[in-house]
Amino acid sequence: MDRQVNETSVPSNTRPGKSTAKYPAKYSAFSLIKHGLAKSDWPRAWREHDLKKTYDVVIIGAGIHGLATAYYLATNHGITNIAIVDKGYVGGGGSGRNTSIVRSNYLTPEGVRFYNRSVHLYQDLSADLNFNIMFGQMGHLTLAHNDSSLRTMRWRAEVNKLEGIDSEVIGPDDIKQIVPYMDTSTNTRYPIVGALFHPPGGTVRHDAVNWGYARGADVRGCEIHQNTEVLGITTIGDEVTGVTTNRGQISTKIVVNCTAGWASLINAMVGLKMPIVTHPLQAAVTEPVKKFLNTVVVSGSLHVYVSQTDRGELVFGASTDPYASYSMRGSLEFTEELAGHVLELIPSIAKMRVLRQWAGLCDMTPDFSPIMGFTPVKGYVVDVGWGTYGFKAGPVSGEAMAQLIATQRVPDIISTFDFARFAEGRLVGEKGAAAVGH
Amino acid sequence: MEFRAAGESKKRPDVNTATPEQWRTYLYTKSNLADWVTETWYHRAGCRRYFAIERHTVTNEIRTSRLPAAQIRLDESKGS
Repeated sequence: MDRQVNETSVPSNTRPGKSTAKYPAKYSAFSLIKHGLAKSDWPRAWREHDLKKTYDVVIIGAGIHGLATAYYLATNHGITNIAIVDKGYVGGGGSGRNTSIVRSNYLTPEGVRFYNRSVHLYQDLSADLNFNIMFGQMGHLTLAHNDSSLRTMRWRAEVNKLEGIDSEVIGPDDIKQIVPYMDTSTNTRYPIVGALFHPPGGTVRHDAVNWGYARGADVRGCEIHQNTEVLGITTIGDEVTGVTTNRGQISTKIVVNCTAGWASLINAMVGLKMPIVTHPLQAAVTEPVKKFLNTVVVSGSLHVYVSQTDRGELVFGASTDPYASYSMRGSLEFTEELAGHVLELIPSIAKMRVLRQWAGLCDMTPDFSPIMGFTPVKGYVVDVGWGTYGFKAGPVSGEAMAQLIATQRVPDIISTFDFARFAEGRLVGEKGAAAVGH
Repeated sequence: MEFRAAGESKKRPDVNTATPEQWRTYLYTKSNLADWVTETWYHRAGCRRYFAIERHTVTNEIRTSRLPAAQIRLDESKGS
């Protein structure tokens, strides 16, 4: 075996096309001590491969949805001859750019059931993936600043409770107990009149979810192909026959579109148009400070959500930029508006400095619900329209899409999210989405 | 904000003859191109008129702007 390993080549046990039975070693307290004491490099979490000529399933997009779909196809259904192709790197799109909030206190019963399944999967995910995803269920507060939004909160709380989810409307005094730094006085422009409190909500380390699913899919035999751009999808009649990439042609009977913000560009390759508009969504992070915010705080009226990471940084997000774009640049308008709104809620953080800001692409649908399932093109299935809620839905989407692909039947949990609903006038109307102002 | 994006410019079907499917396709379906697009904007804190621009959705560069045909007809009928 060639022992000369330079910086750009991969270690011998991760050479393209090769696999070892023991690879990769399970992470454990023992492995942590071993690598810590020996100061040895950790093995790569997933392998690189040559592109094969044929796969059973080709998944476009190596984000949380694509990787989770592969992981559950392999784990739950024994389908492992899968290629996950991405023009960039694992988790480089929305999966690594979101503000990592997980919750299930939506408005529509189908939305609540769907996102609640995701919360349950997230609760067990660290153990399932052997990868600490750092899910902190610190609770989630959605503030109401006027009567109409308080009414929506009440509506949401009742729908949530019917579905067995911990969710309740609380008043300003209770809010002050949970977040002592919050300005709950009535001397503000938009006084806080109440909030929807959702204790199971919280945040996750999103990179860990991407890497955990990638490693889990890899160890079960799926192939992750980074820097592999899809240039076209080949069809005969109305049936998918393969995918053309910058690394060659692949033949396959099933192609899955998991490309979120870029979904329309992949859809166009099979001649499909969907009700999707791509909007950038910006986020920002401050310098780290001692932990003082133990809850996720969201205000629909002020278009802001904020949480504090374990490192102590405040992570801010807002509503989507008000025009369609594929540009992922940040803007000063965003930071100014965000800072103004955050300071209305928590005035005492005025001296904190913003470290950086970024944007991700959101594939917005008219009813703030995803488009999942079969399409008029046989073998071309979609898991798109993820707007501002794709991260929290990652595990359940992967599980449902895997079931759909393996059984060729639409699981009940996603049956109302089909593409045909727009032509048939059955929109889902998810007003519990973060992008919806109240 | 001074300007508001009203979305992709597209031909509206005849309301009297369009089927529900045609109408919903017009309402919801988008091209969503990553390229030069023609779209409608509204000058809300200004002349309050709708106008068309050509914009590149990857760079946000704007190439041309003009009043759309419908707005021009409306202006002419008012004598402005």
